[in-house]
Amino acid sequence: MTVQSKLPLTAAETALVDQFGAQFGSLPGNAEVVKLRDRAIQAIKENGLPTRRVEAWHYTDLRRLLATLPGYVPSGEAQDLERIVDAAARLVLRNGKVSATESVEQLTVNSMSDALRADVSGVSMNDHGIHDATGLINSAFVTDGFVINVESGAKIAKPVEMQSLHDGGQVHVRNSVTIGEGASVTVFDRHAGSDTEVLETAVTELKLRKGAEALWVTIQETGDAATHLSQMNVTLEEDAKLTLFIVNLSGKVIRQEINGDVVGEGADLTFRAVNLIGDDAHCDITLSLGHLVPNTTSTETVRNVVTGKAQGVFQGQIRVGRIAQKTDAQMACNTLLLSDDAGFSTKPELEIFADDVVCAHGATVAEIDEDHLFYLMARGISEKTARGLLIKAFVTEIVEELENEPLIEALEARIDRWLEVHA
Amino acid sequence: MLEIKNLHARIAEDGTEIIRGLNLSVKAGEVAAIMGPNGSGKSTLSYILAGRDDYEVTEGDILYNGESILDMDPAERAAAGIFLAFQYPMEIPGVATMQFLKVAMNEQRKAHGQDELTTPDFIRLVKEAAGSLDISMEMLKRPLNVGFSGGEKKRAEILQMKLLEPKLCVLDETDSGLDIDALKIVSDGVNSLRSPDRATIVITHYQRLLDYIVPDTVHVLSKGRIVKTGDKSLAHELEANGYADIINEAA
Repeated sequence: MTVQSKLPLTAAETALVDQFGAQFGSLPGNAEVVKLRDRAIQAIKENGLPTRRVEAWHYTDLRRLLATLPGYVPSGEAQDLERIVDAAARLVLRNGKVSATESVEQLTVNSMSDALRADVSGVSMNDHGIHDATGLINSAFVTDGFVINVESGAKIAKPVEMQSLHDGGQVHVRNSVTIGEGASVTVFDRHAGSDTEVLETAVTELKLRKGAEALWVTIQETGDAATHLSQMNVTLEEDAKLTLFIVNLSGKVIRQEINGDVVGEGADLTFRAVNLIGDDAHCDITLSLGHLVPNTTSTETVRNVVTGKAQGVFQGQIRVGRIAQKTDAQMACNTLLLSDDAGFSTKPELEIFADDVVCAHGATVAEIDEDHLFYLMARGISEKTARGLLIKAFVTEIVEELENEPLIEALEARIDRWLEVHA
Repeated sequence: MLEIKNLHARIAEDGTEIIRGLNLSVKAGEVAAIMGPNGSGKSTLSYILAGRDDYEVTEGDILYNGESILDMDPAERAAAGIFLAFQYPMEIPGVATMQFLKVAMNEQRKAHGQDELTTPDFIRLVKEAAGSLDISMEMLKRPLNVGFSGGEKKRAEILQMKLLEPKLCVLDETDSGLDIDALKIVSDGVNSLRSPDRATIVITHYQRLLDYIVPDTVHVLSKGRIVKTGDKSLAHELEANGYADIINEAA
């Protein structure tokens, strides 16, 4: 261990501590929660936000990227957001508070603020240690969110669309979603807001019980001045199947952590991410997946398009436990760089303690293929349109795996809009 | 229609000169065959006409309908009516062939100040053109040229040519990799486009293709220059005697 001299607190770190002092009387929670909040802010006060020296934050120096903090109070009412697909039932959080809950059969929804005040089983606020900035900030300040339970055996056709909408200031939300045995559901997890400076933290606990199946699609389309720190803690029990799909379309500083534990035999995770990163944005997906029992599978595919002065990061850690024989994990990260100043850092990490496993990883970073570009242009397609077609082809290969036409169309429309502006 | 004057061109990357003082004139309605041994600059010429920036023109000019095209990018040249049927069409994963055709047709229409095609009109046009080339709609749903056989790729090139209705068609070794049935289908496709206001340049190594697409003029390319020009009988002469005699005679 190296002994580090303590850095002075930055303006943002000081503000976090001060704002906590000012707000904590109004934050929801029973005595236990109050203790957890207090512990979280103490950890921030003592250790500060993580820097490059912390391995997990090496490519996302949060202390530097979040040097100052927006004020605590939002600047206005958050704008409504159209459903991504017409059929969806909306659960809306506005500036970090539950504002609308459309009911869905065989699915119960409670507010996280109620859960924090009462003792609700299944709701936890465990952080991942002193460098878990997202977990700690969220634990200290969380105001609300949804506690969702899908009944065992329920096959829910209507997609559930969670929206976290904001207009500046700070938003700290936490969701807890449990999908009962043999149940299935589709969840859209959306984050959107104005171009006013905002800090959003969002933590989600997602549990899939035995034989449960879920498609979870996170669509991050926050404003140009948004810092979005999110964390998903996922548990897959026996024969559970989760497709986790993340699409990043905007934002200034984005860090999404996915901590997955595959704890039941026969479980499968399909992880897909499409990151469109432009201007001076910084977008980091950090995945840590534990295959902890025998006979489990996962595939991870990340496609990135980076332009302007933007920087992207993908850290993909796969841990295969000593007893987790016959694990099959396939990870790939492919990046298209569209400008000289854009960059992407990719770090695969395999920790394998079992001997009969198949684990593979691959990473590519490339520019647009000039031969392809020439071919399209030779048919009269302007350079801009041709580039757009090629970039879109690169990401839609992944999007089209979703096999849900209205959703694919909605996502492709957003990809088109991004390309209009950036490609 | 096309006037190439004392053209010199080299590979941009390493400066190797490939085209060395090439002169060629092709009139509207004419089918001109360019024949030559390997390495004579045939494919380079086709790429330069289409505007590929791997090549640098160092001297001379290319006039199309009286105007230089050297400053136009490939898309502008295509919109102006120049079409290159590639010897090796690119496979582009993720871009559906139908989508590609629609974008290409509409981009060209846009460049000509025309409205975009409606989807029913577009599909009707594609079906008509595809039928005569023995191309199934199933094939057009696949990503562009991905997994197409050699013959399918060449037929897809001719399909694009029919749909885009260019004024100057450049066919680069369209016969390579084709069996006799496919050669006939492709040639019929090209011949159906012959018209008094359209010129065609057929680049080929072998005389065989010229039995199906009968040229008005035949030009022999060697070391980056046209060394002999004649009518279709010149192609037969080459087939019988090889390139060596004519090239030596010119030198």
